[in-house]
Formats: sequence, C-alpha cells, structure tokens
Amino acid sequence: MSLLSARGIGVSYDGHPILAGVDIDVRAGELVALVGPNGAGKSTLLGVLSGDVDPSAGTVRLDDRDLGAYPARELARLRAVQLQKQGLAFGFRVEEVVRMGRSPWHRTPHEDDDDRVVAESMERADVTDLAQRLYPTLSGGEQARASFARLLAQATPVLMLDEPTAALDIRHQESLLAVAREAARGGAAVVVVLHDLSLAAAYADRICVLSRGRVRANGTPVDVLTSELLTEVYEHPVEVITHDGNLLVVPVRSRAVDNAEEVRCVTPWPHA
Amino acid sequence: MTAAVVEHQRAGIRALAGRVGLLGGLTIALVVSLVLAAGHGQLDIPPSEVLGSLLHKIGIDLGPVPQHPQGENTLWQVRFPRVVMAALAGAALATAGALMQGVFGNPLAEPGVVGVSAGAAVAAATAIVFQLTFAGTWTVAVCAFVGGLVTTMLVYYMSRDGGRTEVVTLVLTGIAVNAVASAGLAFLMFLGDTQAREEIVFWQLGSLNGSRWEQVAVVAPMVAVGIGAAVVLAPKLDLLALGDRAARHVGVDVERLRMSVIVVVALLTAAAVAFCGIISFVGLVVPHLIRLLAGPGHRLLVPASALGGAVLLVLADLWARTLIAYADLPIGMLTALVGGPFFFWLIRRARRTAGGWA
Repeated sequence: MSLLSARGIGVSYDGHPILAGVDIDVRAGELVALVGPNGAGKSTLLGVLSGDVDPSAGTVRLDDRDLGAYPARELARLRAVQLQKQGLAFGFRVEEVVRMGRSPWHRTPHEDDDDRVVAESMERADVTDLAQRLYPTLSGGEQARASFARLLAQATPVLMLDEPTAALDIRHQESLLAVAREAARGGAAVVVVLHDLSLAAAYADRICVLSRGRVRANGTPVDVLTSELLTEVYEHPVEVITHDGNLLVVPVRSRAVDNAEEVRCVTPWPHA
Repeated sequence: MTAAVVEHQRAGIRALAGRVGLLGGLTIALVVSLVLAAGHGQLDIPPSEVLGSLLHKIGIDLGPVPQHPQGENTLWQVRFPRVVMAALAGAALATAGALMQGVFGNPLAEPGVVGVSAGAAVAAATAIVFQLTFAGTWTVAVCAFVGGLVTTMLVYYMSRDGGRTEVVTLVLTGIAVNAVASAGLAFLMFLGDTQAREEIVFWQLGSLNGSRWEQVAVVAPMVAVGIGAAVVLAPKLDLLALGDRAARHVGVDVERLRMSVIVVVALLTAAAVAFCGIISFVGLVVPHLIRLLAGPGHRLLVPASALGGAVLLVLADLWARTLIAYADLPIGMLTALVGGPFFFWLIRRARRTAGGWA
C-alpha cells in the first residue's frame, strides 16, 4: 500500500497550466526520483505532495487520509521537507537549526530522543564539525547539508527533498543520496527531485519523468532511462551507457559546436 | 555518539546557567535602577530611605523612612507611579519589538519605525478630541489597542512578500504609515480645543510626566497579559526564522501564529502609547543588544528584552528629568536622538551582512 498517493493533480498559475492529470504513488521503503527539464513541474508537484501548494484539481492522500485534513503539527510528524534553498532570518547556530526539526515531537515521549537524534542526524549529514557555526555564514552546500540534517532530525516516515544535491560536491552528493536510500531501506517513503540523471539512476528505486506538467514515464531506472525517451523529453540528444553495471546518462556534445542546427542565434558574438 | 550527547548536555547546562545569569542580572539591574530613579529628582531621597519607605508600606518596619517632610508624598504620589510606568512601557515596547522582528523575519522591525505607535496614537488622540468615555479610564487604552491592531495588520500585509519582509519595503511602508498617521494627528489637532491640542503634542513627543496610579492600573494588566502571551509564543518564533514554508513543514500553524503575534504586538504597543505617547526605538535597540549577548533564540530573547527594555526606559526617564535642572525633557525625544543613529548603523550593517537589501 502506498504511503503517499496523488490522483489527477492539476495546478495552474494565472491560467497557465503547470501540472495536469498527474498520478503518483510513493510506497514505504522506496526512493522515488522526480526528474524532468526546467519548468516541467517537479518542484510544484513536490509542493503539492508536501501540502504547500493547493492543487486546482485532484487529491493527495497521506497515510490514507486527505492531506488537507491534517493539522500542521500532525502533518509535521509524518513528512519532512527540504527546500531547494533554505534561508534563515536570524543568526542561529547549525545545531539549533537541526534541533528545529525536533519541534513536532515536543511534549511527546519522543522528546527524550532529541539529543541522540540531533547528534545522529548531524553525523549522517556530515555537519557535526559545523555544529557551532552560524547558519547564515555557511556556504550554499553547507547550508544544504545542515537542512538535510534538520530533515533527518524530524524522523518522519515520509521524506521530500527538492534538489538537495544541487549545491553539493561529488562526495556529499553521493553520501546524501546514500543516506536517503538507507532511510528508504529502513521503511521510509522518500521523494527526491533531481537534475543529475546518473545520480537518479544510481540511487532511485523508481524514476518518474515529468514533461510539460505531465508524467511522461514512471518505472525502474533501467526501464525509464532510455536514450529515445530522454532525447525526446529534454529536446537534446542524450546517450545512456552502462559502465560497471551503472547507468550513465550523458548529453551528446561532440558535433554540437560545428553543427549549424545547434546554434540558436545566427548573429555572431560581438567580440568574435 | 555518546560523547557527543554528553558534550551536548554540558552545553545545555552552560546555556541554562547563561540564561539564569542574564535574566537574574537584568532583574537586579531593574530593581537597582527603579530604586535609584525613584530617589532622584528635584527632591533627592537616598536609596536607603526609598527602600525603607517601600518596606514600611508592606508592613516591615525595617530601614529609615524619608527624612524630608514631603519625602513620603513625593515618593508615593509622583515618583513610584512614574518609574513603574517607565518600567512597564519599556518592557512593553522592547517585547513588542522582539516579537515584530520575529514575525517579520527582519531585525529592523519596531513599533515606532513601522508606524504602529503612530497608528495607536491617532486612535488615542481621537478618543481625547471627541472626549470619548465609553470604557471609563480604559477608553484611551482601548482606542490605542484598536488603532495599533489595524496599523500592525496593514503594515504586515503591505510589506510582506514571499514569506519575508525586505528592509527597503519595511522602511518605506513605515514612512507611508507614519505619514498618514501624522496627517491624522494634524487633523485631530486642528479639530481639537487648546487642551486637547496640548495633550496631542505631548503624545507625539512622548513623556512619562504626570503618570498616575490609575493609569498604571490600566497599563500593568495589559503589559502582564502581553508579556505572558509573548513568552508562550516565543519558541515558535524561532521556527518562523526558517521562513513560512519551512516553518509549516516543522509543524507551525503559520497563519495562526502570525495573527496571535500581531494581536500581542498591538496590545503591548497600545499599553505603552496609551499614556506615555510615542517612545520610539526602544523596541529596536533592546532586542538587538540582547541578541548580541545571548543569540537569537526567542525563549531567552523575549523575557530578556522585557527586562532590558524596563531598565533602559527607567534610566532614560531618569536622564530626561535630571539632565537639565527644573526641566522635564520629553523622553521620546531622547530615545529618538539615541535610537536614530543606532537605526542607521543597523541598516548599514544589515546591508553589508545580508549582501544587499535582503
């Protein structure tokens, strides 16, 4: 049974449709990657799933109950969200920010675990060394890791991450997704918006490809990540190769420079 | 992992000690400044006699009573209501400032700067000019509360965009609101008779001169309720620093929190404005100094700001009435004189650290 399920989701801004007729299910124990070109509606779909965006059509059910029926605090005990960019109005320390993730559990028996969960979450997100630093003074990647630690500290059965790896170096990209998958193995339902298709191939149990506000494909990485489909969706020639049992997705580049078709603007650069 | 937990518990104990130390220190500073301020003035009464008079009043025959024949009267009729009013107004304004900064996500928000004090003053002045008395001694305070509430909501909805308020928007909104409010005050002065005019002028300057026990009896419960509510709301304000969306993700009912804070800000501002007029910048300076000392956590910031604001205004009022012999300077003038440059420095700093007008 799926922990999170959305049916017939439609969202439009200013009469301009962003999502139309989107169905998606996320089961406990699986990591689902949402991929697609810019403007395909990935972040909007994540917003709908997390309850931030009210869809103009369709319903979202979380743990077999309408998403809208949850009070904020109860919802926060079921799902945690990491936004693309997490700002902070005041100079809190990283550890205090991670501890904010524990607030849904205040005045519950789980409160006793706070110190342990916060310490473990910081360890997993590799921010233990940053614990006493002021969050606003961190680099973009460090802030993303601190936000990931906060997400883990919330200890919810559903985790949603919007491009968590965008600002991270290779080592932390890999370790973040490894931790996310570990959470899925431990029974969590994880949804991650990703741009890097090779990362998605390596860590996702299932990939959902969005294109122009609709689900274009939905299945295991091997089934979904094909050269034909990606070339069509991204409107750019894409090759999928297998290396050591890993799927690698690479754009075709070699001929682009000389190919007149690839040059969008005929006017040469002023200084050329 | 266990070492980290132990280390964390040690840090927790240190934080608790710091918390008790800061609040305790500020409480002692408040008591000392109250006793000092009550003793100073045209008729100087030594602190021992001030304490003695207080103790005798509550039935403890300890310490000397005032030697001067007018001493006892001066203390109980003039000084005590005035210093208590100063403490209440200072606590109210500083707490309102801390709350506003939390809910706006901007360290420059303050009742005076954004025009909430002016809005409350317009409503209070309306009560005076039209001689409204529908709620007895509470009339002016009730009007100030309504005026403050309307202005706070107005500023809030006009200046917020995407879950936070930019410095430029906030300051410009403040200019607009203050402009409309001073137009309102000017119109009321035009309408009112000489006595009402004088009272309104006194408002715009801000003064604690002539504070009476009846007024304290109105302001004290408002401040007590306001600060109590502020302390309850404080932990959630920390989460609001994450922005609206992320605050919702960690379980904050953002809309409800926001409305509660706006009502409390209006209540506290009205309490200060109702009888003391517009005393600006207290809500800006005090929370900022506390943040420098104790960090941005609202659990400590809110009560410490209340105590710090009380200390600051009691001392500022002492300064205002002793700086020039036989002259009682308007306290609002003094706080603005000190607060204006401080505000400017804060703006420069916010621009530098936030990388622009963020």
